[in-house]
Amino acid sequence: MTRPEGTTAPPPALPQPRRKRASSPLLGPLVALASLLLFNALFTPNFLTAQTLNVNLTQVATVVIVAVGMTLVIATGGIDLSVGALMAISGAIAPMLFLNPPFGNAALGLGLAFTVPVLVAGLFGLFNGSLVTRFGIQPFIATLILFIAGRGIAQVMTNGQLQTFSNSTFGYIGLGRPLGIPFQVILMLAVVALFAWVMSRTVFGRHVLAVGGNEAAARLAGIPTNRVKLAVYGISGLLAGLAGLIVIAINSSSDANQVGLNMELDAIAAVAVGGTALTGGRATILGTLLGALIIQLIRYTLLARGVPDAVALVVKAAIILVAVYIQRQRR
Amino acid sequence: MLFGSLRYEGFLSTYNVFSVLGYNSMFGLVALGMAFVIMTGGIDLSVGSVAAFASVIAALLSPFGLWPALLGAVAAATLLGLINGVVVAYLKILPFVATLAMLLAARGLALLFAGNQSVSVSSESGFTTFGQGNIGGVPYTAILLFVAFVVGAVVLRFTRFGRHVLAVGGNEEAARLMGLPVERTLVWVYVLSGALAGLAGVILASQFGAGQPTEGLGWELTAIAAVVVGGTLLTGGSGSVGSTLVGVLLLGIIFNILNFENGRGTISLSAYWQSVIRGAFLLLVVVLQNRLTRRRAGGGG
Repeated sequence: MTRPEGTTAPPPALPQPRRKRASSPLLGPLVALASLLLFNALFTPNFLTAQTLNVNLTQVATVVIVAVGMTLVIATGGIDLSVGALMAISGAIAPMLFLNPPFGNAALGLGLAFTVPVLVAGLFGLFNGSLVTRFGIQPFIATLILFIAGRGIAQVMTNGQLQTFSNSTFGYIGLGRPLGIPFQVILMLAVVALFAWVMSRTVFGRHVLAVGGNEAAARLAGIPTNRVKLAVYGISGLLAGLAGLIVIAINSSSDANQVGLNMELDAIAAVAVGGTALTGGRATILGTLLGALIIQLIRYTLLARGVPDAVALVVKAAIILVAVYIQRQRR
Repeated sequence: MLFGSLRYEGFLSTYNVFSVLGYNSMFGLVALGMAFVIMTGGIDLSVGSVAAFASVIAALLSPFGLWPALLGAVAAATLLGLINGVVVAYLKILPFVATLAMLLAARGLALLFAGNQSVSVSSESGFTTFGQGNIGGVPYTAILLFVAFVVGAVVLRFTRFGRHVLAVGGNEEAARLMGLPVERTLVWVYVLSGALAGLAGVILASQFGAGQPTEGLGWELTAIAAVVVGGTLLTGGSGSVGSTLVGVLLLGIIFNILNFENGRGTISLSAYWQSVIRGAFLLLVVVLQNRLTRRRAGGGG
């Protein structure tokens, strides 16, 4: 699953006769999403309304933002289990800044509340990255450390207490609706567009894929593999920090025990369903968006049909397996 | 070596040692199964929800007596492990994804069977003595844990299956070319992991006096941490059962020390600090481990 430095990489796959991949890797997820949409349009009352669209998009926005960072990490052959804990840390810091603004300056407090938590989460991401690059610790274990300790850090900072607030300026990031579109959906689309561009059009994107494809070869080709890996964990941290702000803004409260709980699993599931190989070397940011939308729409469909949450979990599991199985066949 | 530094006054009393063992028996059993899975180069994320599922089944079956409850719950959990194994070995889905799906599915099944609430264990069944009773101060669960680890160690060292596990984890392709039953070995380690998680679930139900569909969150990561602290590499092909037990006990003892210090009023740490310290401890161990394994340059554990 993960490939630490210093150990021999698994032997390169022998060239085997393969079906030529004529279709785009997005085809499977697109078909799945389209059939889900069609099914709901036909059978779920009031499905084709702006209201339904907004509900589904707002519920998926934070998962997508986190999952984009996860896609980059996974593309290098790594994994980031700490994202949920980093959301909790970011969510814990923000209210402290605007509830007790430094120098009593409310505007300054707000400005810091939007930036400092995200940067702190990014720094924790760099910490993950440095464990992976400097100490050669497997990504799973390196990020497991903050998975265990991170939420504790957030709880220690807040003494485990719920922080409630009503601050319309800060709340805008989760509740604002320019032109009727939820603000976090705009943020989500911006993040997706930015990183889709980064992965397909920039040198950095090429480097990420090269590191995940064959790290030893990438290093020999002069790619700064350690710096690339450090960067992807940093980016994953930054995006988790941003998602943390959105979650607490939506709730108008910050609960270190709850913010970002199970987010790592949701994000990894979205990445896997979206067609990014968990073994690294391939990534599709748009696929991740589609993956998250598919999982969300399945949940919505089941709930709309009155299927209990417990059964919905089993169905979600089956969908993840089927989607990943189909992707595997196509490779 | 690390053990030596962990001596604290009054803490090696029999009572304390056995209470640590009794309390950690659930994690120990789960970690034992996890160790086998990790030695094949896989991972089992589903153990926590499988244990929760088993605890519900055990509670539902408890009116029929101890043995039907125990065996029924373990059998149900084993079945889920079998599904994991088949999906990994024959559908060739990455263990991470396959068992992630089972993490969700087993939780759903547990909630479904339990009707979204905890299920009380029937009181006259004698079922609760299993998790709470002891012989001369030694909890049954501690005995069970030791028996399981001795059996596990023997299986790994002295049976063909044990050698297959290490061979598959070392190099799956080579193992296949040598004619080893790779798929069957993979199925068996997930079956084993499921069964042991089921046993942990039975202990859970017995200690709580109820089936707990929402318990077991994060167990998989605690178990993985214990296996890693014990020195088994996540890439597979190496590892030992005894060192996994050491890993489980080290993590358990760290908590115990913190509780001791708290009790004496020398320090006062909230539960929140404990998870920070546990994370820091894991960090310390893996960094030290990496230094050591690098020096040994690839020597197997």
